[in-house]
Amino acid sequence: MALTSSDVTRIAHLARIEITEAQTEQMLVQLNEIFRLIEQLQAVDTNGIDPMSHPLGGSQRLREDVAAEHTDRESVMRNAPASQDGLFLVPKVIE
Amino acid sequence: MNWEVVIGLETHVQLSTQSKIFSNASTQFGAAPNTQASIIDLALPGTLPVLNRGAVERAIRFGLSIGGTINPRSIFARKNYFYPDLPKGYQISQYEIPIVQGGKIPIDSPTRGQIEIQLTRAHLEEDAGKSLHEDFHGMSGIDLNRAGTPLLEIVSEPVMHSAAEAVAYAKALHKRVVEEIEICDGNMQEGSFRCDANVSVRRAGAPLGTRREIKNLNSFRFLQQAIEYEISWQIQTLEDGGKIQQATVLFDADKGETRVMRTKEDAHDYRYFPDPDLLPVEISSSWIDQIKSAMAEPLHDQYKKMLAYGLSREQAEQLSSARNTSTFALASLKLASEKERPMLANWILGPLSAKLNEEELDISRSKVAPEQLTKLAARVADGTISNTTATNVVLAAMWAGEGNPDEIIAHKGLKQISDSGAIEKIVDEAMAKYGQLVTDYRSGKEKAFNALVGQVMKASLGKANPTQVNAILKKKLG
Amino acid sequence: MFDKSVAELSRALSTKQVSAVDLATVYLNRIERHKGLNAFLDVRPDVTLRQARAADQRIARGDGTPLTGVPIAHKDIFVTREFASTASSRMLKGYMSPFDATVVEKLGQAGMVTLGKLNCDEFAMGSSNENSHYGNVLNPWDKDAVPGGSSGGSAAAVAARIAPAATATDTGGSIREPAAFSGVTGIKPTYGRASRWGMIAFASSLDQAGIMTCSAEDAALIFNGMLGFDPKDSTSVERAAEDYTRHLQTDLKGLRIGVPKQFFGSGLQPDVEHAVREALAEYTRLGAKLMDISLPNAALGIPVYYVIAPAECSSNLSRFDGVRYGHRAEHYADLDDMIKKSRAEGFGPETRRRILIGTYVLSHGYYDAYYIQAQKVRRIIANEFQDAFQACDVIAGPVTTSVAFGFGEKAADPVAMYLSDLYTIPGSLAGIPAMSIPCGFGTRKRPVGLQLMANYFEEAKLLGVAHQYQLATDWHRRMPPGT
Repeated sequence: MALTSSDVTRIAHLARIEITEAQTEQMLVQLNEIFRLIEQLQAVDTNGIDPMSHPLGGSQRLREDVAAEHTDRESVMRNAPASQDGLFLVPKVIE
Repeated sequence: MNWEVVIGLETHVQLSTQSKIFSNASTQFGAAPNTQASIIDLALPGTLPVLNRGAVERAIRFGLSIGGTINPRSIFARKNYFYPDLPKGYQISQYEIPIVQGGKIPIDSPTRGQIEIQLTRAHLEEDAGKSLHEDFHGMSGIDLNRAGTPLLEIVSEPVMHSAAEAVAYAKALHKRVVEEIEICDGNMQEGSFRCDANVSVRRAGAPLGTRREIKNLNSFRFLQQAIEYEISWQIQTLEDGGKIQQATVLFDADKGETRVMRTKEDAHDYRYFPDPDLLPVEISSSWIDQIKSAMAEPLHDQYKKMLAYGLSREQAEQLSSARNTSTFALASLKLASEKERPMLANWILGPLSAKLNEEELDISRSKVAPEQLTKLAARVADGTISNTTATNVVLAAMWAGEGNPDEIIAHKGLKQISDSGAIEKIVDEAMAKYGQLVTDYRSGKEKAFNALVGQVMKASLGKANPTQVNAILKKKLG
Repeated sequence: MFDKSVAELSRALSTKQVSAVDLATVYLNRIERHKGLNAFLDVRPDVTLRQARAADQRIARGDGTPLTGVPIAHKDIFVTREFASTASSRMLKGYMSPFDATVVEKLGQAGMVTLGKLNCDEFAMGSSNENSHYGNVLNPWDKDAVPGGSSGGSAAAVAARIAPAATATDTGGSIREPAAFSGVTGIKPTYGRASRWGMIAFASSLDQAGIMTCSAEDAALIFNGMLGFDPKDSTSVERAAEDYTRHLQTDLKGLRIGVPKQFFGSGLQPDVEHAVREALAEYTRLGAKLMDISLPNAALGIPVYYVIAPAECSSNLSRFDGVRYGHRAEHYADLDDMIKKSRAEGFGPETRRRILIGTYVLSHGYYDAYYIQAQKVRRIIANEFQDAFQACDVIAGPVTTSVAFGFGEKAADPVAMYLSDLYTIPGSLAGIPAMSIPCGFGTRKRPVGLQLMANYFEEAKLLGVAHQYQLATDWHRRMPPGT
């Protein structure tokens, strides 16, 4: 299953990373090498094996439903590239 | 041209927890922007989610209420897409194994009568933040207070066939989650209950048509309008020889039209996979039993109880329509005798409701307790006071905290005159004083009777037992 | 003072032979002197000295811990309130976190004094520290060699004795491999033992915080302050508190050491094999028994890892969109363009590559064939460790196929770089505790590491096995020339 340039373009769009044509070509070569490595997995018989999402298993702990004090807005927004009136600013969102 | 309409609804219900589903920030509506968005909600580097017990408990209540299956083990999955109001670049949701599967909700369909709407599933997920488009010099402002609010996404089977049916289902679902099991505050303007409608049309007997999804309808009126518009648009398009493309659409309330938001081509590939930061949620049968036993009796069962108490359908429907009202009503009806019950029903719906509205109080805050109301009804039933005296005088005094019914009746000297000898005397006096009315009645003027009754009541300062007055007067007038 | 172990420093501080302030000053000076290594990204002497003064006050009051006043440096993957947290990326240049990672907080509460933040591969992705936006880190043993990665700064700092200990993280080998390349002791605990709260996430089901020090004893002392249940991390394991030094003195008589034959195949360089086998011989002299074990599917660990880790990281890194923090591009046409450019500019090539791989293996139509299949093979590999531990107490073998390679040697070929993780990845996939200790030198006098692995929650046993070797040998005490 070799990737094509249009695969790379589509994936880059899904991942929201801008990629030039030159980068696409280079990335294509590298990704195809990596996928050749990954292909080995297809040959493995995994019949009857459960996928392992968490190495130690276990079940989710539940937190009591108690609300905290208000957020210290200044401290959490201090790294914002653009903000005003307590809002994060971004280029206009078009629905 | 026989067109069939197929509608399924996906409803996002905000759960009434104190804190968010994965962080402990408050879920209260209306706070200043980004003051209820914790570092977890803002997806700052290094933050991790921890699951709120209250959200799971409410989902379980829902599953029990609709007779669905509670999955003993369910998984949170990441739904990956980019949007400024989605801080992590993914929404934590549930995909392959949701917390609730199946279930049904009875509705009163305007076209098909009493039917049951099947549900596919209900799953837990987190809400996104909000974008504000007021002009910040061409920018949008992002408020993440809402990000992380727990949602239960409830998916119906595509089994509704008209906008009216869809609305009936939405209303029944709303009542169920708000009044019945109290897992949501139901405030649609604040976004607590939002519907997406999947609509398709087909000629009778043909396979399912392509559906379009109308997103984010937050009122029953818009739900109706949007679906009706979409149906006629789809039918018109097909009749004109066009094709329906799968798309997501928004309802423009001002124009009354739906318009495309995105087509299948730009449909997202969400790349769902189990969230590695969260472990599988395991729900024991003992926890489910615990929740079940703590659940309030279904309102429909309370409705039936009220009918068994001799209330009319209309009274029972009204009294069982809201949880607090139903609780109050049954508490007072339970202690009452048969004679007292219809009276109590009327009082709760009438004068008590009026007092509550006047002071903007919920019935759970009523200044007259259900048992006290029942006592008052007993005093009317046993003839101590008249219905009018009870509702006009005693109830107000009870509300004002002047004591229990007996205390007030004694203190204000409201006891009815029920001694027939005494009443006869007053009737005789009135007949003598108002001879013209007697003559009028005897010559066929029915209204004169009521006028005479009025005079007797006046003479007795309202204390004569009206039933006896009627009987005695009738006898004497012949 | 700088050649002293954490244990020795601890004693010196508590007996007031040296003050925390003096000690901090010594290390700050050394950091400055050795800044050519490029191990540190953020150093703030005023913050360090303030912490040192507070430590001295605690010691004077008598309410310190064994770690109070001992300096430590933190890999820049842990967020800190008082130092910038960049994950060695342009994406987070200058980022100031409003909270500390739990690991940082715990060690701070124990009284350790922060020397600064350490360079690493960007977002912990790499095996050579050549992927940092802020430049390569040099191997103190040989400035033409990589220190290893992703925790290259941590390894170099400890090796050069400019920090007595350094926190680090290991996802596929990022503690063990740099520890081996740089001749220091590095240990990754059982998955879930160290809180991931405040660790900038790379691959959530694999990431673990650990420590680099000059000895197993030092690591045990720091584990006592660093590990433990954290309710803010849903994957954190809840277990009774324990003393990780409790097996240091346990002798090795009868210890069964499993040696996986798959780790001694044709890829292993002779100089590394020689040093490792010498170490195993030493273990037999100390009373242990060697036995052959098999990890038949260990080699599949690489393709498994390079499906799962990129998949998880592609999602974990989606939060970097230039909206709430981090790099935002200066010029863009619209919102979508802003996000795309910010991410393209903010992420380095290896990070971009892994995000694309991850996005692809999760995408529609490929999820079952790649992601689910990889998770199944992961379980097979984990099960094989359980089978092995039926027959042996610990597993030993090489950490890497070769000694540290030169700059640029593998950087152009991602697959070659990935293949160097062959021996460390399987332990990461299983989530078992694993460590590297120095056991000799190979070509060009570059250090060689011995890998030791134990079953879940057996860190104390592992540290004891390492400590006994370090009592009988002195590889761990060697210092790079010019230190």
